Amino acid sequence: MESSLSFRTPNSILIRTETGVRMASTALPLSPYPSRRMSPRTLRNLLTGLAFISPWILGFLAFTIYPISSAIYYSFTNYDIVTAPRFIGLENFRVIFTEDARFPTSVYNTFYYATLAIPLSLLVSLLVAMLLNLKVRGMAFFRTVFYLPSIVPDIASALLWSWILNTQFGLLNQTLKSLGLTPVSWLTNPAMTKPSLVLISLWTFGGSMVIFLAALQDIPQHLYEAAEIDGASALQKTLNITIPMITPTIFFNLVMGIIGATQYFTTAFVMLGAGPLDSARFYMFHLYVNAFRYFKMGYASALSLLLFIFVLTLTLILWRTSGRWVYYERGS
Amino acid sequence: MNAGVKKMTGETLPMTLQAINIQAKRAQRKRKTLRLLQRLLTYAVLILLSLIFATPFLWLLSTSLKPPEQIFKLPPEWIPDPFTWSNYTKAVTAIPFFLYLKNTMYIAIFNVIASVISCSLVAYGFSMIRWPGRDVIFMVVVATLMIPYAVILIPTFIIFSKLGWVNTPNPLTIPALTGNAFFIFLLRQFYMSIPEDLSDAARIDGASELQIYWHIILRLSRPALAVVALFTFMWNWNDFLGPLVYLSKKETLTLAIGLYGFQSRAGTQWGPLMAAATIMVSPIVALFFVTQKTFIQGITLTGIKG
Repeated sequence: MESSLSFRTPNSILIRTETGVRMASTALPLSPYPSRRMSPRTLRNLLTGLAFISPWILGFLAFTIYPISSAIYYSFTNYDIVTAPRFIGLENFRVIFTEDARFPTSVYNTFYYATLAIPLSLLVSLLVAMLLNLKVRGMAFFRTVFYLPSIVPDIASALLWSWILNTQFGLLNQTLKSLGLTPVSWLTNPAMTKPSLVLISLWTFGGSMVIFLAALQDIPQHLYEAAEIDGASALQKTLNITIPMITPTIFFNLVMGIIGATQYFTTAFVMLGAGPLDSARFYMFHLYVNAFRYFKMGYASALSLLLFIFVLTLTLILWRTSGRWVYYERGS
Repeated sequence: MNAGVKKMTGETLPMTLQAINIQAKRAQRKRKTLRLLQRLLTYAVLILLSLIFATPFLWLLSTSLKPPEQIFKLPPEWIPDPFTWSNYTKAVTAIPFFLYLKNTMYIAIFNVIASVISCSLVAYGFSMIRWPGRDVIFMVVVATLMIPYAVILIPTFIIFSKLGWVNTPNPLTIPALTGNAFFIFLLRQFYMSIPEDLSDAARIDGASELQIYWHIILRLSRPALAVVALFTFMWNWNDFLGPLVYLSKKETLTLAIGLYGFQSRAGTQWGPLMAAATIMVSPIVALFFVTQKTFIQGITLTGIKG
């Protein structure tokens, strides 16, 4: 019970949940009846509990279990919705890996975007959160300014940034010109499209920043006081107290960043479509086009399954190796 | 010996004290200026950064209020001259704005009501009642958070199209009746912090679980329910991919998709486009300012980023 009360920062979702759940289950009263038989009271509780969660059970079956299992089935078929799915074995996967020239492009673009956007936004949001944590006056004001971009609808920010990054009249190029720098073809030069999109994604770092800020404020003050008595410098305090104490939050933001970046879609779709020379063809775009423009549902299901397997594997690897660098406070 | 000590302390102590005092004062002054410098630097960085981050908003607003000729003026001007509303009237009349608004509001409000009810019921079942297997199933709820939307999207589209629900709001509303894992998680955590004595006392008085849920738990969890309502509204207002996949008939479109269509038709009419974007952004920003506390609470409680 106690550990579940301490859920204050989001790192708890992934990690402290386990302890929370474990704690909760050990707190369950042991049934006086040996295994199979249940007391009438337990049975009644079971039925009431199931009744309360029944909306979720229905949703889980209809919108999670059924879709995933049918996605697995469809991925082995040729299916255009109108005619019945036709089983073709591993054909979809063979085409993906050997014939579809746009598949490697979409993987490369997504990988490029993710490896740039995830670390950069982690770094920026952490640094700004640390600045805000210096007990500056007007913290709420700055927090608002940095957070607001992350609640702007994707469609609106896509339109806005198309205008700002416009080669001829855009604000950014005009500013560059007035500083004596050469303007850049942000959205028309294939080499620049992805960096431009990363730039836009950095504008919305506010969400992770607020999460980091909450984690920073959760660090017990006495740790810093003890370090100060020992004569630790600001840098030492950051490296040896702050960073280790927020590793669970870094881990959380990293996993969320990966899940988000692998499914990156709306902004690029609205601003660029596939982009010049397919430079903005991201994985999700490739999947969307195959499913909803060409109605190749079987093929798109195979693509979605590969994405699922990839994200799952990566998360598991991160999870397994997290013990080496993520520090969890014991107890509360 | 005694006298020697006396003599020594008598002569040296005031001097050392003074020296220490001066040194301490100097160090203090140094520390003070250092702290002041650090503070100034922090503010400078923060102000510069917030200017950079506010610039796109200001530019959006400025463009939306400019007459067409001024929009393409080089170098760019910040203050609209004269202030023009025509971009807004153009944006609202170029698309069936109020129809799209109505469609969007229907979906968003349906989702808010449905999510608040379904998530709180489910969370109650996962926290206030003890039943065998509860915590194992709850782990499944948490695990579903990891499933990419892309995997679910195609098969659910196939189900809904077989039901004849494409081009109706149903695919975007009905699933909310079954709850959302994020909010179930959030509410369960909240309910776990409510003292059990309360519900136990009610049970002894003969209250049913539904009565406890309705009269005690719902009332006590208003702040958490506000978080659920707020984020559900925002997500549905902002949602793009869902409506893009399910809605294509003009009568059914939401604002986000309507705006997307407007963009592909309007091309370089940046004034009306920025006006439309401003209209899309302003309710969310207004909502944020009214409910700031709830917002920040929601993010820090669950890691929802908005």
